[in-house]
Amino acid sequence: MDSINIEGTSKTPTVVFNAESGKIEIKGRSIPENSIEFYKPLVDWLDSYAETAKGLTEVNIQLEYFNTSSSKCILDVFKKLENVHKRESKEVIINWYYEEDDEDMLEAGEDYQSILKIPFKMIEIES
Amino acid sequence: MSINLQTWYEQMQVGNVILAYKGSISSDLISNSLNQIEEKLDSDNESLKVKRRIYNVLVEVLQNLYHHLEIPPGFNDGSQNTDKYGLFVFSKLNNTTFKISTGNFVKTKDYQMLKDRLDQINYLTQDELKDLYKLVLNNDEFSSKGGGGLGFIDIARKTGNKYEYKFVDYDNKYYFFCLDITVN
Repeated sequence: MDSINIEGTSKTPTVVFNAESGKIEIKGRSIPENSIEFYKPLVDWLDSYAETAKGLTEVNIQLEYFNTSSSKCILDVFKKLENVHKRESKEVIINWYYEEDDEDMLEAGEDYQSILKIPFKMIEIES
Repeated sequence: MSINLQTWYEQMQVGNVILAYKGSISSDLISNSLNQIEEKLDSDNESLKVKRRIYNVLVEVLQNLYHHLEIPPGFNDGSQNTDKYGLFVFSKLNNTTFKISTGNFVKTKDYQMLKDRLDQINYLTQDELKDLYKLVLNNDEFSSKGGGGLGFIDIARKTGNKYEYKFVDYDNKYYFFCLDITVN
């Protein structure tokens, strides 16, 4: 299946979804006024990906800012990934990156972790 | 009309005003305001922590205005463009305290719900706000506009401060809603 490659802007993140490698990446700022418009194709892609998912899907989330309208869409992305993780012999890991001393971003990751049944790894990076 | 918006707009401008605006709130206006404020905070060497917090709160506040603006029919304050009309002032009160004030019209029928929501958020502890945030986030009925009050809950979690607000009578169908948020 085709991969998704979207370049980031000042309001939307860089997105790389690659079915061949099983790597999924969302990076940068996610503060669009209309988040659903941006995230709908990503959520749809994950629906199709579930059928052909790699044994291990590695998800890297490295956000600088995200607004509350994106937060719901990001949860939708994670719920699709949770469905993949539930399948036999399919595994998903979410690496949640946050800058050192950005407690708000760490806490945001922990909020998702507590809602979802999917392994999260919190990774601190230098700011 | 029992509120003079120009007077109120001028009164909001306390401390060192970084950005003040009244008029139409568009997507471009939000982008430009955020860029301008980010550059100003950078040039003033504000800490990364303060910058992140202010940026997050401003995004929520301005997009809240953008999504929920109501205009009384025939309203005109003399500005060129009064479609999606709102006001905001961002200022630095002292070395460690910033203030964001917003003003917009709210239909009288929406007044009680908004007031109850703010009162509830003001009443909750940080732990309770965290639980409420997760509850609203994980609720499928949450609107795509970012409704459900998630923005207000998020701001309260990030600032740790209480909202100060008032609803001023405008006419029998509208209130003018004034909100003050302190970030420190």
